Amino acid sequence: MHTNSLYQEVILDHNRKPRNYGRLDQASHHAVGHNPLCGDRLDITLKLENEQICDIAFQGESCAICKASASMMTAAVKGRSRTDAETLIHEFRELTTGKLDTGHPHHLGRLTVFSGIRDLPTRVKCAILPWHTLHAALNSIASTSTEANNESTQAVSNHPFG
Amino acid sequence: MNSVNISLKSEITSDVDWGRIRADFPILDLKIDGKPLVYLDNAASSQMPQFVIDRLVRYQTKQHANINRAVHYLSEVATQEYHDARCKLQQFINAREDREVIFTSGTTDSINLVMQGYGRKFIKANDEIILTTLEHHSNIVPWQMLANEKGAKIRVVPINDKGELEVDEYEKLFNERTKFVGLIHVSNALGTINPIKRMIDFAHRYDVPVLIDGAQGAPHMSIDVQALDCDFYAFSAHKLCGPTGVGMLYGKAALLESMQPYKGGGDMIASVTFEETIYNTIPHKFEAGTPPIAAAIGFGAAIDYLTAIGLENIAAYESTLLDYATDCLVQIPGVKIIGTAKEKTAVISFTIDGIHPHDIGTILNQDGIAVRTGHHCAQPVMQRFNVPATSRASFAFYNNKTEVDALVAGIKTVQKVFL
Ligand SMILES: Cc1ncc(COP(=O)(O)O)c(C=O)c1O
Repeated sequence: MHTNSLYQEVILDHNRKPRNYGRLDQASHHAVGHNPLCGDRLDITLKLENEQICDIAFQGESCAICKASASMMTAAVKGRSRTDAETLIHEFRELTTGKLDTGHPHHLGRLTVFSGIRDLPTRVKCAILPWHTLHAALNSIASTSTEANNESTQAVSNHPFG
Repeated sequence: MNSVNISLKSEITSDVDWGRIRADFPILDLKIDGKPLVYLDNAASSQMPQFVIDRLVRYQTKQHANINRAVHYLSEVATQEYHDARCKLQQFINAREDREVIFTSGTTDSINLVMQGYGRKFIKANDEIILTTLEHHSNIVPWQMLANEKGAKIRVVPINDKGELEVDEYEKLFNERTKFVGLIHVSNALGTINPIKRMIDFAHRYDVPVLIDGAQGAPHMSIDVQALDCDFYAFSAHKLCGPTGVGMLYGKAALLESMQPYKGGGDMIASVTFEETIYNTIPHKFEAGTPPIAAAIGFGAAIDYLTAIGLENIAAYESTLLDYATDCLVQIPGVKIIGTAKEKTAVISFTIDGIHPHDIGTILNQDGIAVRTGHHCAQPVMQRFNVPATSRASFAFYNNKTEVDALVAGIKTVQKVFL
């Protein structure tokens, strides 16, 4: 695949001017996501009222793919129900791991610009991290990682060596 | 069959034909997405010349059997070839005896062998182990495991803003509790060459043994373990144009003899009853089970290949590449080189303002350029420079200035994408 098709204008634009960037003061849900492989870190705060995401924000240090994914994600789920958000999370994961049949109806809209990432396995986690973190926030899990079992790595990284 | 494009003789010459040497590496002809491969990830793993590939084929087609076990022809041939590979390594690092060379699965395994065999036997509660900020995780984590188990302490040598070890601080760390030093020869993240001779001599004043992680040293300069007087020296074949799955540990014979074996099994014993096992002599005591015979023989061939070019020639050529690449990169606005030690191998770690290393790596890949991005298994180094990650171009003797130019053009493309 051509990486050109990954670094498309939409993605570059969301990277340059991320939407919903920052932190909500009065969030009902909050989670921090880590990608220990590249040190990326993402903080998501959201306000859920009557099972509707009425506001959401993200901030963190990350690559362009992760930042654009987070920006577009927050724009996509704002004003939607929890169930809709979970559907999008599922579909986005399927899309980026190459399991989604885009011929069939889905709800991703412009988020399909991320489809090219399925050919770059090492970068899939960058795109998924925000979604992973949103899922954790919605399910009241305070901290999550792209690496499933990070218990042992945490034990070691508590040492001053890191 | 054995096509080395140079005379099998090591002497410093200025007339090595580097273009012909490049032709020894079939993988360098690859095209990535239609673009010629520019392989600048040699610190992670180097490529294999046809000479070594042919050696592996010859072993597999004409010489393979298990070693040390049978009286039949093939077993004797394989045993002899495996032994010859050990002797090549002995000469390569100028060890006193061939039994001081132990085949392991790589640098990581070698360090773990020392931690298990020496550390667990001799290091006790409140003892101190000195490591440096530049260490690869493979020379940190085993010692942390040991320190946690024994209640020992780890002391860390700091680095300055250029990425050089602060040797005065190192010397101040010594006291009567200091029992071990783990020291990286050349930093994989920054390329810094450490003054290991001086540091080894200092440790010996306190009778403290020193392990050198030579994973990035052995591929780029000639090593003389007797002159260095190091107690242990470790490296991996796959960073020296050899196969993966094999590496070596040099240890002084007396030390190796005093150590406990790390793995139990076949070949490492002299006799076994259910009451008692008598261990074999070194190096066999540390080589339990069937070793990576083919890979070890390939390792030996890689040593022949590099020796034929001459490590001094390699070091001199790579240093010209480093100077050229450094001069080119410092001229690009927004590019910052991390690690500017006076003594460096041909490794350039860099950041580009406002652009994450992962994006840099992905876009360079689009032009066929292979660099490494991330923390390079050296998170303490990243923390010291306050960056989550860097991009790293690491050169080998088969790289050339055209490839440096490709890297420069690639970096400019990256900057254009994010303009
Ligand atoms: C300095 C250093 N030490 C140790 C290692 C580990 O080597 P291996 O993975 O071959 O065991 C590496 C390889 O990345 C290295 O660069």
